[in-house]
Amino acid sequence: MSDPSKEWPLWEVFVRGKGGLSHRHVGSVHAADAQMAIEHARDTYTRRMEGVSLWVLPSAQITASDPQQAEALFAPAEDKVYRHPTFYSIPDHIKHI
Amino acid sequence: MDALAIYALRLGDDALILGQRLSEWCGHAPALEVDLSLANMALDQVGQATHFLGLAGVLEGKGRDADALAFHRDVMDFTNCLLVEQPNGDFAQTIARQFLYAHYQHLLFERMATVNDERFAAIAAKAVKETAYHAQLASDWVIRLGDGTDESRARMIAGLDWMWRFVDEMFAMDDIDEAALKAGAGIDKTALRAAWDERVNAALAEATLERPASRRPVLGGRAGRHSEHLGHLLTHMQFLQRAYPGATW
Repeated sequence: MSDPSKEWPLWEVFVRGKGGLSHRHVGSVHAADAQMAIEHARDTYTRRMEGVSLWVLPSAQITASDPQQAEALFAPAEDKVYRHPTFYSIPDHIKHI
Repeated sequence: MDALAIYALRLGDDALILGQRLSEWCGHAPALEVDLSLANMALDQVGQATHFLGLAGVLEGKGRDADALAFHRDVMDFTNCLLVEQPNGDFAQTIARQFLYAHYQHLLFERMATVNDERFAAIAAKAVKETAYHAQLASDWVIRLGDGTDESRARMIAGLDWMWRFVDEMFAMDDIDEAALKAGAGIDKTALRAAWDERVNAALAEATLERPASRRPVLGGRAGRHSEHLGHLLTHMQFLQRAYPGATW
């Protein structure tokens, strides 16, 4: 394998499936810059008509939550079922909820 | 074959041989993502070849389909231009070939999408979107390699130097081209040259590369006079149908 320090940086790829939907994370590519990252994302993740728009951003720019803190961050929501809007009936013609 | 059938055959052969060449990179490209880029372009070319060779078979009217034309002809019967059969060399040489051909092919299909013969126009209209991307991608790589490191620059110069003598053949018009033009199916390829020069020169300038000096053009591909490289390519591409004629799966 080549020297990892000489490899292109990693970029996270987001694809908008169709107009009206959000961009969704689909994976990552290596690329030297943003333009190449868009081209690589296009060639890697949209070859089967998966999308109409692409976002790429340097993986190094993402700040992740600390797994050690998962309990403190997420467990308190578990017993607060009333925060889900399940007590309302949603009309049939409302999509993507 | 009449002139229109040969015209379709030439378009199909260009795409088929370039597609086969690009597919040789599969599993060998400098990076996984580049492997996919090259394979995608190869598949686009093979798709275009399927349409044009299928049309050539219909126009010929002897029951040959695209597969028969791709796999059951020998090297002298191929009518592709010499540029597309040139060996891949290193990545820069492949990019040089792709750069020179993709800009030609994009201009060709842009114009052909408007011809009166709907069979040719329809294939060109579909293919033009694919080739627009191929041309952009190839230009980007020429700029990256030309304006890159000393090594990438030297390789890009060498790649362009290898391919440059095959440029003029793309734009050459002969009796078949004139007949197709008159029939409302073909285009005047000489009229594409100014726009091609402009696009190629712009990318070369951005790549800080000199345009290679004009040299005596090498011609003959359209008449079946090929370089030694095409025969070797065919032994790979046609192996299965030669060893097991008519095999399907």
